[in-house]
Amino acid sequence: MRLEGNVRIPSGCAIAAVISKEGRGISGELIYNAMRPMHDRSNGLGGGFAAYGIYPDYKDFYAFHMFFDSRDVCKNCEAFLKERFEIVQSEIIPTRKISTILNEPLIWRYFLAPLKSVMLSKQLDEREFVAQTVFKINTEMKGAYVFSSGKNMGAFKAVGYPEDVGEFYKLEEYSGYSWTAHGRYPTNTPGWWGGAHPFTLLDYSVVHNGEISSYDANRRYIEMFGYKCSLKTDTEVITYILDYLTRVKGLTLSEAASVIAAPFWSTIDGKADTYDKDKHNYLRKMFPSLLITGPFSIVLGYNGGLMALNDRLKLRSMVVGEKDDMVYIASEEAAIRCMENNAQKIWYPKGGEPVIVELNGGVRI
Amino acid sequence: MDSVNVKQLGYKEINSLIRDKESINITDCMGQRFIAAGSKGKTVCIEGVPGNALGAYLNGGTIRVFANAQDAVGDTMNDGKIVIDGCVGDALGYAMRGGEIYVRDDAGYRAGIHMKEYKDKKPVIVIGGCAGSFLGEYQAGGIIIILGIDIGKRDIIGNFPCTGMHGGKVYLRTTSENIKFPKQVSVRKAEKEDMEQIYGYISEYAKLFNKDERELSESEYIVVTPDTKNPYKQLYVIN
Repeated sequence: MRLEGNVRIPSGCAIAAVISKEGRGISGELIYNAMRPMHDRSNGLGGGFAAYGIYPDYKDFYAFHMFFDSRDVCKNCEAFLKERFEIVQSEIIPTRKISTILNEPLIWRYFLAPLKSVMLSKQLDEREFVAQTVFKINTEMKGAYVFSSGKNMGAFKAVGYPEDVGEFYKLEEYSGYSWTAHGRYPTNTPGWWGGAHPFTLLDYSVVHNGEISSYDANRRYIEMFGYKCSLKTDTEVITYILDYLTRVKGLTLSEAASVIAAPFWSTIDGKADTYDKDKHNYLRKMFPSLLITGPFSIVLGYNGGLMALNDRLKLRSMVVGEKDDMVYIASEEAAIRCMENNAQKIWYPKGGEPVIVELNGGVRI
Repeated sequence: MDSVNVKQLGYKEINSLIRDKESINITDCMGQRFIAAGSKGKTVCIEGVPGNALGAYLNGGTIRVFANAQDAVGDTMNDGKIVIDGCVGDALGYAMRGGEIYVRDDAGYRAGIHMKEYKDKKPVIVIGGCAGSFLGEYQAGGIIIILGIDIGKRDIIGNFPCTGMHGGKVYLRTTSENIKFPKQVSVRKAEKEDMEQIYGYISEYAKLFNKDERELSESEYIVVTPDTKNPYKQLYVIN
């Protein structure tokens, strides 16, 4: 695997997502085919998917999806994992040979149960323990990358066009209640396997179209809290910010959206609802360094739902469609029509206005 | 009119079909970009959702879409007419310099951004529903009309309208006084001579989409224009 810094490929993006609010299984084929009409938004340097509800038989275990440069790295990493987890299952992630997907690393998945004794000795709760393990591997173990670490979910990504990446990972064989997808057009960082979207931590996954101009300010702030931006791509910081705001600080998703895509002060001043005004004033003052500027449209996937969000100036496109219990989100309406030609309600969320869709009956891991 | 199913075709093939014909009906359109870009004197009807930059650099002729359209419809359009039976995405009529665009329902952010005019070239955008934020951003000419039909409680336009405007006119069919405009533009009730400039376009909109022309032309409108010839003097430097 060629690393960030060793290659420079001078070179926008496409995103899509679908969820069944009833929790019905959706084949991965639906989402990778939806990326076809948006082909020209990507340039073949990255494609990826996140799927929720795909591992019902192992739903109580953390599913680590990993890239390894070599067998040796894989062996060392397994030895490291055994010090911290019981490895319930370990297997190669099935792929098929595709002429357009080349130079793949070893792609492996583990279902892991954290060892209570180790967690106790480190005085960490389970999720923090898992998150710290992910950062440790990604920053300290050369040639090993954890690209997915949640329960009953998984990310699948590669260098290539998204529709090819979907076929490569045989996503038609998976059934999940929600999916997100990304086609990459890297503008100022190399296209490499680890740099493809989604970017994940625990069950959070983010796909992103845009370019964050506040990246370094955001990174410096979030790294104070133990997060390590090791993939040198702007999107990963969004994942860590959302994890920090919700899991660590306890904000709701909608509050977190008001932090990262905060309204302008003039818009806040003009609010008639004083509670709403105070809330926005408070959030902007508490987390000024987590305001994300520059264009973005993102979809955050998590166990039990999806959140779509545009930057406050809405410098990227996003369309939402609905039919029965299904909700579709995409950069272009054509992708929604591709998934459901008769989608009834089509609408365009405003900048900074989160669209949160959750399973009826709440989280089912 | 020949009808062609374009489901399996890319935009190059679609545009080459358009070049070979006077008029064409495209069916099963699925997000192909640049349809009829730069064309002149053609009649193109589209069923299904056309992709971004529909009718970019259009130099005459008519495009009619029987669905929603996506972003950047009529980008840098020079002449001709685009009619959308539905909504459009962001940046409608980006840098448009001539011709007319009619949208039955809503438009996204930045409709009419950088629109301009020169002598007899006066572009016109008519939007039947509401428009998003940054309507007419940096507008330098032409006319934008927002009719606000059946928008219920939604705002007729979003935040920061007419930011950086230094030419042209924006008409809004509303009596609302709560819309916040930048201080470099002036906002007033439309007078008789203002209305005379747009009756033709309102009438055309009503005919295209079967709406009540009388109600639309007898309503009250407000008009937004830049307040002087050089409203941004000394905004950054003396110019």
